[in-house]
Amino acid sequence: MGFKSDIKYRSAADKVFFGVICFFTALTMVPLFLILWELLKKGYKQFNVNLFTEVAPTSMDAMLAKMSSELIPGGVLNGITGGLLIIVVAIVIAIPIGIMAGIYLADNPKGIFSGSVRYLADLVQGTPSIVIGIIAYAWVVKPLHSYSALAGSVALAIMMLPLIIRSTEETLKMLPASLKEAGLALGASYTNVVIKILLPSAFGGLFTGILLAISRIMGETAPLMLTALGASIINWDIYKPTSAIPLLIWEFYQNPNLVDLIWSSSLLLLLIILTLNLTAKSIARKWKIQ
Amino acid sequence: MKDKLFKSFLFAAAGLVLLLAGGMFYSLVGGSVNAFRHFGLVDFITTADWNPRTGEERYGALSFISGTLFTALFALLLCIPFSLPVALFNGEYFKGKKIAVAASSIVDLLAGIPSIVYGLWGFYTLRPLIVSSGLNEQGFGILTASVVLAIMIIPYASSLSTEFISMVPNDLKEGAYSLGATNLEVIRRVSLPIAGSGIFAAYILALGRALGETMAVTMLIGNTNNIPTSLFDTGNTMASIIANQFGEADGLKLSSLIAIGLLLFLITAGINSIAKLVMRKILH
Repeated sequence: MGFKSDIKYRSAADKVFFGVICFFTALTMVPLFLILWELLKKGYKQFNVNLFTEVAPTSMDAMLAKMSSELIPGGVLNGITGGLLIIVVAIVIAIPIGIMAGIYLADNPKGIFSGSVRYLADLVQGTPSIVIGIIAYAWVVKPLHSYSALAGSVALAIMMLPLIIRSTEETLKMLPASLKEAGLALGASYTNVVIKILLPSAFGGLFTGILLAISRIMGETAPLMLTALGASIINWDIYKPTSAIPLLIWEFYQNPNLVDLIWSSSLLLLLIILTLNLTAKSIARKWKIQ
Repeated sequence: MKDKLFKSFLFAAAGLVLLLAGGMFYSLVGGSVNAFRHFGLVDFITTADWNPRTGEERYGALSFISGTLFTALFALLLCIPFSLPVALFNGEYFKGKKIAVAASSIVDLLAGIPSIVYGLWGFYTLRPLIVSSGLNEQGFGILTASVVLAIMIIPYASSLSTEFISMVPNDLKEGAYSLGATNLEVIRRVSLPIAGSGIFAAYILALGRALGETMAVTMLIGNTNNIPTSLFDTGNTMASIIANQFGEADGLKLSSLIAIGLLLFLITAGINSIAKLVMRKILH
C-alpha cells in the first residue's frame, strides 16, 4: 500500500469521502422525520380532546362510526391513566433502590462486590424486554393468579433500575471530593453528608437520569403484554389488569375496526416520549452534565 | 450507629442487584426445566419442530434461534454504512462543534421511538415498498424486519463509536497531519485503527439490542415457524414467538417458551459480556 503520491488524487479522494460521510449522516436522520410525518399526516384528524377524555371505543362503536364515515369516537384515556399508574408504581420501586445502590457504588468504586454489582446491572440492562416480561409474569402474575398493573410495574422497574444506578453513580463521581470532605471535617455524620450535601448537589444529574429512564420505558409494549395485559376501563387498582398507551396501540392494530386509531395514539405516545427526552437533555446541558 | 445502619441500607440496595440477576436466572431455569427434561437440552436447541397438537406435542427452538441470528446479523450489516459515517461526522470531522451536537441529538431521538411505532411504520410504509418492488409478495419477512431493526440500532452503534473515535489522542492525528496526510488518510491510518476495538464493542452491543427487539420484529417477520433460508423468507425470532404465543400457552408449551426466553437471556448476556471485556481492555 503506502500513500498514493499524486496530490490531486489524494485531495479528491479526501473530498469525496467527506461528501459521502455528510450524505450518509444526513440520510440517517431521514427516518425520524419520515416517521413523525407519517404519524402527523395520518393521526392529526383523530388527535383531538376526545383522545384525552374518553376511553378506547368498542369495536362496535368504531364500526358504526366508520360506516357513517364519521371520526371514530373515543380516545385513550384508559391507556393514559393505566400507563400513569404502572409507571408511578415502577418509579416508587426502582428509584429508592437505584439511588441507594448508586451511592454505594460511587462510594466503593473498587472490589469484587462492586464490580459484580456493576456487571450484573449492565447485564440486566441488556436483557431483552420480553424476557423481563417473562420474569415479572413468573414473580407477580403467577403467584397472584391475575394479570395486574403491579406486574407491569415490576417489569418496568427492573428495566429502569440499572439506568438509575448508572446515572446516580456517574453523577456522584463527578462531584468534587472536597464537598464530601468539607462536610465530614465539619463533623457532619456520613448520613447527613450524603442526604444533605451530596444528593442535593447531584439533583440535576439524578433528575435527568430518572427522566431518561422513564422515557426509555414509556413505549415498552412487549413486557406489558405478559403482565398488565390491558383493560377497556379506567382502572386504579394495582392488582387488576390495566391498559397503557402502547398496549392500546397493539389492540387497535389488530382490530380492523379500530385500526384508524393507531396513528393518533402513536403520535401522542411519541410526543410524550420526545418531550421527556428533550427536557431531560436540556436540563443536562444546563447542569453541564452528560 | 445511624451511619452504620445507613451504610448497611446502601449495601443491601447494591446486594439487591445481585439477587435480582440471580433471581431472574433462577426463575427462567425453573420455568424451563419441564421442557428441557421432556425434550433434552441439546434436542431442544437442535430441533426445528413446533407442533402444539395434543398428543404429538414437540417443541424445538432451532427455527427461532436461526431467525433471530439471521435478522439481527443482517440488521447489523445494514446499520454499518449509516452508523459509521454518523460516528465519523460527530467524533472526527465536527468533534465538539454545534452541528455535531445537533446531529447526534437527532440520531439519538431514533432510540426514543417505541418499538411498536417502528413496527407500524414498517408495516404501513416500508412493507408496501417491498411489495411493489416485487421482492416479496406479502412484504413480510427477514428483509423487512432487518431494515427496521437496522434503523432502530443505529443510535446505539453510532453514539458509542463516536465516543471511541473522539477519544483518539490529538497528538497522533496532528503528527499525521503535519506529515501532510489528508483527513481521509488520518481516519484510515490513525483514527480507525486506534478506535477499532472500541467500535467493534459498540457494534457487539448494538447486536445485543437487535437480538432482543420484540414488537417491530413481531409485526414484520411474518410469524411462521420455519428456518428462514433467504432474505425474503418469513420466520419468527425468539422474541417474536414468545410475544405471539405466551398469552395462550400453558403446560409444556409455556415451559418451552420460557426455555426460549432463557436461551435469549443467555445469548444477550454472552454478547454483552464480550463487549464489556473488549471495552475494559481499551480503557485500561
